[in-house]
Amino acid sequence: MLLPQATVGDPKVNIAIFALFVVATLAIVIRASRNNKSAADFYAGGRSFTGPQNGIAIAGDYLSAASFLGIAGAIALNGYDGFLYSIGFLVAWLVALLLVAELLRNTGRFTMADVLSFRLKQRPVRMAAAISTLGVCFFYLLAQMAGAGGLVALLLGISDRAGQSVVIAVVGIIMITYVLVGGMKGTTWVQIVKAVLLVLGAGIMTLWVLAKYAFNLSSLLGAAVDKSPAVGEKLLSPGLQYGATGISKLDFISLGLALVLGTAGLPHVLMRFYTVPNSREARRSVSWAIWIIGIFYLFTLVLGYGAAALVGPDVIRAAPGKANSAAPLLAYELGGEILLGVISAVAFATILAVVAGLTITASASFAHDIYGQVIKKGQVSGDGEVRVARITVLVIGAVAIVGGIFANGQNIAFLVALAFAVAASANLPTILYSLFWRRFNTRGALWSIYGGLGSAIFLIVFSPVVSGKVDKKTGASLSMITDTGIDFSWFPLDNPGIVSIPLAFVLGIVGTLTSKEQVDVDKFAEMEVRSLTGAGAEKAVAH
Amino acid sequence: MSDTRPGDPELTTYRDVQLSPDFSELRRRFRRFVFPMTGLFLVWYFVYVLLADYAPKFMAHKVAGNITVGLLFGLGQFVSTFAITLLYVRWADKKFDPDAKHLRDQIEGETK
Repeated sequence: MLLPQATVGDPKVNIAIFALFVVATLAIVIRASRNNKSAADFYAGGRSFTGPQNGIAIAGDYLSAASFLGIAGAIALNGYDGFLYSIGFLVAWLVALLLVAELLRNTGRFTMADVLSFRLKQRPVRMAAAISTLGVCFFYLLAQMAGAGGLVALLLGISDRAGQSVVIAVVGIIMITYVLVGGMKGTTWVQIVKAVLLVLGAGIMTLWVLAKYAFNLSSLLGAAVDKSPAVGEKLLSPGLQYGATGISKLDFISLGLALVLGTAGLPHVLMRFYTVPNSREARRSVSWAIWIIGIFYLFTLVLGYGAAALVGPDVIRAAPGKANSAAPLLAYELGGEILLGVISAVAFATILAVVAGLTITASASFAHDIYGQVIKKGQVSGDGEVRVARITVLVIGAVAIVGGIFANGQNIAFLVALAFAVAASANLPTILYSLFWRRFNTRGALWSIYGGLGSAIFLIVFSPVVSGKVDKKTGASLSMITDTGIDFSWFPLDNPGIVSIPLAFVLGIVGTLTSKEQVDVDKFAEMEVRSLTGAGAEKAVAH
Repeated sequence: MSDTRPGDPELTTYRDVQLSPDFSELRRRFRRFVFPMTGLFLVWYFVYVLLADYAPKFMAHKVAGNITVGLLFGLGQFVSTFAITLLYVRWADKKFDPDAKHLRDQIEGETK
C-alpha cells in the first residue's frame, strides 16, 4: 500500500475544504444571530426551532468525533466490541425520549439545574447541578479536543506536539467565535449543517464500501477477517477487547451501564430541549434524533469493518492517529485525496460543532445558575447574565484549548465513555427522582449529585486509565500518566459506572430518607402538573 | 407565577389540579406506558450485553455466511429502539396529547 507514513492525502486540499466549511458556517452563524436579543435567544435560540430541526441538531451535537472516528476505529481493530459503543449510545436515547425530554422541556427554562432545583432548596441544589454540568462538559470537551489533535496529526502531516497544539488552539478560537457571535441559535445551525454533512459523507462511504462487496454484508465481514490474520474470526464475535479476564468482562458491563444511562444526563443534550417551542416538538426532536443517530451507527458498522477489510489493521495501527484514523484512511482508500479532504473537513466540523455545543452549555450553566441564581439570587437582568455567559465562553474556550493540548493522543471514544459515566452517576438519578418521586428532597439531591460526581471522578483517578496500565507486549504505558514507574491505581476497572451509578441512586434514597425536610407540596404539585400538561411552560420568543 | 388563573373556577391552584381525577388519570396513563416500556428495553439491552460478555461462543455462532448470532442480536437492538420510538410517538400524539392539552387549557384559561 502506497500510504506515506507521516500524512495522508494532500494537506492543502484538506485545509481548503475545511476553510470553506468554516467560512460557510460562519456566514450562517452571523445571519442567524441578527435576532439575538434576550437571554432566551442566547441560551435557547428563542425556543423557535422545529422538532425536526432540533432533532438534526441533537444528532449533530451527539455524533461527536468519538462516534465517527472512535467507533469506526474501534470496530476496525476490535471488531464486535466496538459495536457495543454504538448500541449503548443509541438505546440510551429511549431513556431521554420516554422519561426526560418532554417533562424537562415543560418545567425548565435554560439549564438542567432549572429542573433539579425546581421544588428543592434553590441555591445548594442549583450549585450542585451546575458543578456537575461543568464537570461533564469538561470531560467531554477534553475528548473532543484530544480528537482534534489526533486528526491534525493525520491530515496535515503535523507530527510534532507543538504544531498540533497550535491547530488545537485554532479550533478552539473558531469555536469561541461561533458561540460568542451566534449564541444558541448560531450554534444550532452549525450543528444542523454539520449533521447533514456527516450523515451524507458517512452514507456515501457506506454505499461505496458495500458496492465493493456487491452489497453483501457477509462477504464484507469475510474480507475484514481475511485482512486481520492476527485475530481472524474473533473480529466477528464479542470478547476481543473485553473478553480476556473476569475483570475486563466486568468493565464491559460497567461501560454498557454508563452508556445507556449517560445520555439522558448529558447537560448539553438536555439543554437542546429548550430550543423548541413545546413538549410535542421536544418529542419530535428526540424521535428525529433517534432515527438519524441509529442510521448513522449502522453506517459506522459498515465503515469499521470496511476499514478493516480495505485498509487493514496494520496500516491503521501504524497511522499517526491510530484507531481514530480508520475512517479517514478508508476515505482515502475509496475516493483518494478529495474524499479524504471532504471526510476530514466533516470530522473537523464535527469536533468544532460539538465543542461549541458544550461551551454554550457550560457557559449557560455558569452564568444562569451560579452567577444569576446563586451569587445574585435571581436579582440580575437577562442581559447581565448573558454578558457573564459571554465572558465564561472565553474562559471555557481557553480551558478547552489547554486541556486539549494535554489530552492530545488519548483515545476519544473512551474519554467520552468517562463523560457518560459521570453524567449517569451525577445527573440522571436526581433528574429521575425529582420528576417522579414525591418524597425526594434537598439532601437526597445533594448526596446523589456530589456522591455520584465525586465517586465517579475518584474511581477514575485511581483506575488504570490514569496510571499503571502497561501494554504487556511492548511495555509501553496505556495510561494518561505515561511514566510506567508511577502507578497508584487500585480500582481495577477502566469505567467507574458499575459502582458510581448504583451508589448515586442509593445515596439519593438514603439522603432523602434521613432528612427531616418537609416536601414543598405546592411546588411539587406545580412541577408535576406542569411537567405532564405543559401548562405554564416557557413559550417561544416572538420576533 | 400566580397560582390563581382564569379558566375553570374549581381548579385554582396547581395543587387542586394535581388532586383532580382528570390529572390522576393522565398521570396514571403516562406512567403505565413509559415505566413498563423503560423496563422492557433496559432488560432487553442488558440481556444483550450479558450475552455478549459471558456467552461469546453463542454470539459467535454463524447463522448464514459470516453473519453471526451476535450481529443479529446487535441489529435487533436497533430494530427495537426504532420500534419503541414509533410506538411511543404515536401513542403520545394520539392518546396523551389531547388529554394533556385539555387540562392545560383548563389551567391556563381558554383564552388563546
